[in-house]
Amino acid sequence: MSAQMIEISYREAVREAIREALNRDPRVFLMGEDVGRYGGCYAVSKGLYDEFGPERIRDAPLSEAGFTGAGIGAALGGLRPIVEVMTVNFSLLALDQIVNNAATLRHMSGGQFSVPLVIRMACGAGKQLAAQHSHSLEGWYAHVPGIKVLAPATLEDARGMLWSALEDPDPVVIFEHVMLYNRSGQLAADAGAVPIEGAAVRREGGDVTLITYGGSLFKTLEAADTLAADGIAAEVIDLRCLRPLDDATLMASVARTHRAVIIDEGWRSGSLAAEISARLMEQAFWELDAPVGRVCSAEVPIPYPKHLEDAAVPQTDDIVAAARAVLNR
Amino acid sequence: MSRLYRMPSLGSDMEAGTLIEWVRQPGDRLAKGDVIAVIETQKGAIEVEVFHDAVMGRPLIQVGDKVPVGSPMAELEDASAAPALRPATGIPATHAPEPGPAVAEAGTRTSERIADQAGHRIGHRAGTGTAAQRRRASPAARRLADARGIALDAIEGSGPRGAVVLADVHAATGTTPTTEAASPPRGHLDLAAMRQAIAAAMSRSKREIPHYYLSHDIDLTAATDWLTARNAQLPPDQRLLLGALLIKAVALSLDKFPELNGFDRDGHFEPAQGVHIGCATAIRGGGLVAPALHDADQLQLPTLMTRLRDLVGRVRSGGLRASELSDPTITVSSLGERGVDRLYGIIYPPQVAIVGFGTPALRPWVQDGQVVPRNIVTATLSADHRHSDGHRGALFLARVGQRLQEPDTL
Repeated sequence: MSAQMIEISYREAVREAIREALNRDPRVFLMGEDVGRYGGCYAVSKGLYDEFGPERIRDAPLSEAGFTGAGIGAALGGLRPIVEVMTVNFSLLALDQIVNNAATLRHMSGGQFSVPLVIRMACGAGKQLAAQHSHSLEGWYAHVPGIKVLAPATLEDARGMLWSALEDPDPVVIFEHVMLYNRSGQLAADAGAVPIEGAAVRREGGDVTLITYGGSLFKTLEAADTLAADGIAAEVIDLRCLRPLDDATLMASVARTHRAVIIDEGWRSGSLAAEISARLMEQAFWELDAPVGRVCSAEVPIPYPKHLEDAAVPQTDDIVAAARAVLNR
Repeated sequence: MSRLYRMPSLGSDMEAGTLIEWVRQPGDRLAKGDVIAVIETQKGAIEVEVFHDAVMGRPLIQVGDKVPVGSPMAELEDASAAPALRPATGIPATHAPEPGPAVAEAGTRTSERIADQAGHRIGHRAGTGTAAQRRRASPAARRLADARGIALDAIEGSGPRGAVVLADVHAATGTTPTTEAASPPRGHLDLAAMRQAIAAAMSRSKREIPHYYLSHDIDLTAATDWLTARNAQLPPDQRLLLGALLIKAVALSLDKFPELNGFDRDGHFEPAQGVHIGCATAIRGGGLVAPALHDADQLQLPTLMTRLRDLVGRVRSGGLRASELSDPTITVSSLGERGVDRLYGIIYPPQVAIVGFGTPALRPWVQDGQVVPRNIVTATLSADHRHSDGHRGALFLARVGQRLQEPDTL
């Protein structure tokens, strides 16, 4: 018996996840800039204010450090806050709260305090929002012990990761790529929580492993289609969870394909792609038949003009070319 | 004349196995004991060996196939009749491409510069191992070429700037890359399946074997003192653990008690040819395997310790050999440092005995009329009453205790 499927957008899937959490657990509330009356800068929380009221859908003043800190305090006090930050760029104002407080308190208290906080933020380029709204700094967060970092790319993950994150006793940061919000597709009507660990093989193939996450997943799957037309079978791995990384799935895949390309919308220098490349070298060196390839963003602040923005971030053609390069054909 | 290599039985509880990798390829010469394939069983990924010299012939099953014990897996050609097949394509070494000029120059410059700094003139000295002669090859290609026993120089490189890549090694050896490409990650244990296997074997044992149980307290003070003194002079990786002494003491004590060392074959006892101790090893996350430490009675302690470490490591990482699973003639189960006083083992069929050691501890002990603290371990024997009696079992256990009083003779 197959579950009934519904047509749903990524935005709606996230909204359903928030709605479910609010209904299931009275300790859950959503807080952030313009999440209430305005419905969220990407309209994710549209309608929730009317449904749940100002106590549980809380508009915060324009101070990321302030309301993120308030979220940490609420979590310490026993609530289950979902803090929404408009974009990862703005989250830098809250970095002190996240890195110095949320991530550390369990460790500094000898395990006495938990910070069961979930922070959602938008990231990525493609909407012509220029250099202060378009960056991919997930890798910075993935550097920090004490937090989990998630990048839901599929509808299932958008719908299912939030509840699992709220169940986690430690802070979880969820990155929602802005170009995913409008993507629609089929999702089981009864879709629910999914594990927030482990990578997923989104497409199997034996010739090259394409490792990616978030907004680059669908470009990578498109690239795999193009490669397949030329007889190249690419395996596509969706990291899903950027911290901790699922080394086992990556190594098992590279042991089959002997070649890897990492697609990461972050800048190349000091990137998550660099970390993964290093791990492949450390753990799968003797499996490699070619140097690990990377497709990352150009090392510039993301430009405003459409053609320059497109040129700055990984595109399907770049991924195809990088895969061909490691295959030497 | 060809023979068939069949799915081996790795224990009475094994019904079928899944091929996960051909370690050797058609045309490979195999010596008795060489690993030919890796198969997945309820005990994890196991390397299976050939039982006589042969040349690998045509594979009859594919990676991923699950076949019952006894099913043909591959043809084996007679070793003496078959011609040497390697290298398969017979590329003459003289056709090896020259290293690219850029590489050669860089290498030469580097070696000359280093030599200059060291105050030497190397000029045009011919030699081996300079950077100029290092062949460009991918790590995967290097590893495969090494495993196949062919020199990189004998392979035409199709990679960037003439680098040898995996496909070139496959082409040179006439093998197909699909065999490698399909191999899943090694060492993956299916703990649920292992639990079922343990359940089946132990249920059968308790159902069929009339166990008798004996227990004996052994003073280990002499053994631990000797061990401490010996280990004090050794680096950590060469130190002996008490477990090695216990295994050796059991192995040596069996010479006078052959009825405990062997197999039950349909109610008849078959004495074993050697003493292969099954070392019960717990697996993290649950489960248990007791692979054989072959000829434990013949091994010097340092060698025994090295093999034991290797065995335990492979239990946990995967890569046990078939013979290690099917060969044990008696099992030793030792609780180690963090356990309880004593354990009563269940015999692993078709074996007929299992020796258990509890956790050694300081206990009051009467020596020369005085109560003194001594380091005591409780040893137990569970044995098959169809093939031995408690009297003989008791003499055996006492002998293990005596041997442990003279650790320098172990």
